[in-house]
Amino acid sequence: MAKKNDWVLIHKIILSPNERAPQVPEDTKQVPLEMWVKGYLKDNEAEIGDEVTIITRTKREEIGKLLEVNPTYNHGFGKFIPELLKISEQVREITFGGDLDE
Amino acid sequence: MNKDMTYSGVMSRKNEIMKNAIGIDYGIFESGTIGFDYEKMMRETGYTLEEMQKIQYSTGVGKTPVLELRNLTELSRKLAPKGKGARIFIKDEAANPSGSFKARRAANAVYHAKKLGYKGVIAATSGNYGAAVASQAAMAGLKCIIVQECYDSKGVGQPEIIEKARKCEALGAEVLQLSVGPELFYKFLTLLEETDYFNASLYTPFGIAGVETLGYELAMEFREREGKDPDVIVCSNAGGGNLTGTARGLIKAGAQSQIVAASVNLKGLHMASDSQFNKKSFTTSHTGFGMPFATWPDRSDVPRSAARPLRYMDRYVTVNQGEVFYITEALASLEGLEKGPAGNTALAAAFSIAQEMNENEIIVVQETEYTGAGKHIQPQLSFARDNGIDIRFGNPQDEIPGESIIFPEHPSLIKAVDFDMDKLRKSLIKNAIAQFPDVVISDSDLEFLAKETKTSIEFVKSALDGINKI
Repeated sequence: MAKKNDWVLIHKIILSPNERAPQVPEDTKQVPLEMWVKGYLKDNEAEIGDEVTIITRTKREEIGKLLEVNPTYNHGFGKFIPELLKISEQVREITFGGDLDE
Repeated sequence: MNKDMTYSGVMSRKNEIMKNAIGIDYGIFESGTIGFDYEKMMRETGYTLEEMQKIQYSTGVGKTPVLELRNLTELSRKLAPKGKGARIFIKDEAANPSGSFKARRAANAVYHAKKLGYKGVIAATSGNYGAAVASQAAMAGLKCIIVQECYDSKGVGQPEIIEKARKCEALGAEVLQLSVGPELFYKFLTLLEETDYFNASLYTPFGIAGVETLGYELAMEFREREGKDPDVIVCSNAGGGNLTGTARGLIKAGAQSQIVAASVNLKGLHMASDSQFNKKSFTTSHTGFGMPFATWPDRSDVPRSAARPLRYMDRYVTVNQGEVFYITEALASLEGLEKGPAGNTALAAAFSIAQEMNENEIIVVQETEYTGAGKHIQPQLSFARDNGIDIRFGNPQDEIPGESIIFPEHPSLIKAVDFDMDKLRKSLIKNAIAQFPDVVISDSDLEFLAKETKTSIEFVKSALDGINKI
């Protein structure tokens, strides 16, 4: 449950598929234009999935569906790509030649 | 009175909204036909080089180090014919406050917004420019909104763009993340209308002029250090502002370096396609922006873009995704410099072009960008692999954008591929006259198109002849 002034993430549909611009490709026309934005919850309390109002960092109001309280950044360095190690070994080998420890 | 907030309603108010949000009346530079007075626009709405340096240096922007890449030069000489292999240098623009050269553009835009009394700034960008505007707005005490194209319809976002949102938020900005589509511009316009903030477009005269200091610094630094101007300067190219500003700064310094544009080849991928959005591994410096913006600059978010790269470009080359990833890893392994991949597009091209040049010549890559979680080759390749992209060693020329990323089996396979400049120039001419289908082309229009394409009136005439316009 979220309380008033909690930092939250909301989701909103900006344009439904039938409102999309004429020049967008067919696959994009099949889906709505969506928006995600963060702000402080204006409502006294709300559950995930409720339609809520938030106050953004520039003090604007936005209305949308509550997705997350204290939204977290989950991006990182991904899974290891072993090919990069091979590139590293190769360029050192060609540039400096032989085993670096020799 | 309730305003019409439908897509077509908002778009019909575009000119009025833009005029309020930039404070430039573009009409005074227009001729009413194809041509407009580009230099007058740059002169009357921009800043002098000295003023820009003052603005930028006061916010810690510019005077970035120039580094000689001795080991990468050594590697390229091992692959080049005897006597070939120019000295490769890089200008470490990641040293700017927000981690890229975009700080130069943002410094001027935010300074201008504050001078005109705007309370805040808004920029539509998924790239380094967002962080740059947020950083400058933080210093100036202005509010800041960044609008990003970020997710596909499944809510999956490029790690690089998500990282940029984090950085903008860390610098105090409000970030609106949208799904794929050009209607981002619609939301952007409604925000300008709602807030009365300044449109910190990438393409205003002051934004582009902000990069002139980079070109000027390069000329001055090389004269002091090497006693001559660089022979070749390679610019990663997307919207064209990087190349335009750098070239203008070099001209102001009196330098005559050859200007090469480099973009990642994303041929075949549609930029506004929801299903192809996450199939690309580069969010900028690619042909999906580079080609259309070069051949039709005014497709940007201002009536007349100040970024007009074909006016300054001597050569346009493409490199493949696998080549840029390879060179990014090589930069870390041979030079001890870990940088973001987008800025290394020009480096991959320079590595190849250096092998055509003599050993005593100088080739400069004029920018780097910051790196970190999300914005690093590791997460971008991991994301690609998760999206079913075939990542392997081979000949990068076999790479198919959206299907494969091919690292060169050997660095000798890194080859910058020339794009036909005349084809680009003819395309610009065609696009320019298409905007004014009923206009009789005047001598001043011909002159304008010659300048736009860095060609001659004869070239423009023969191009027009080719499309039955004369």
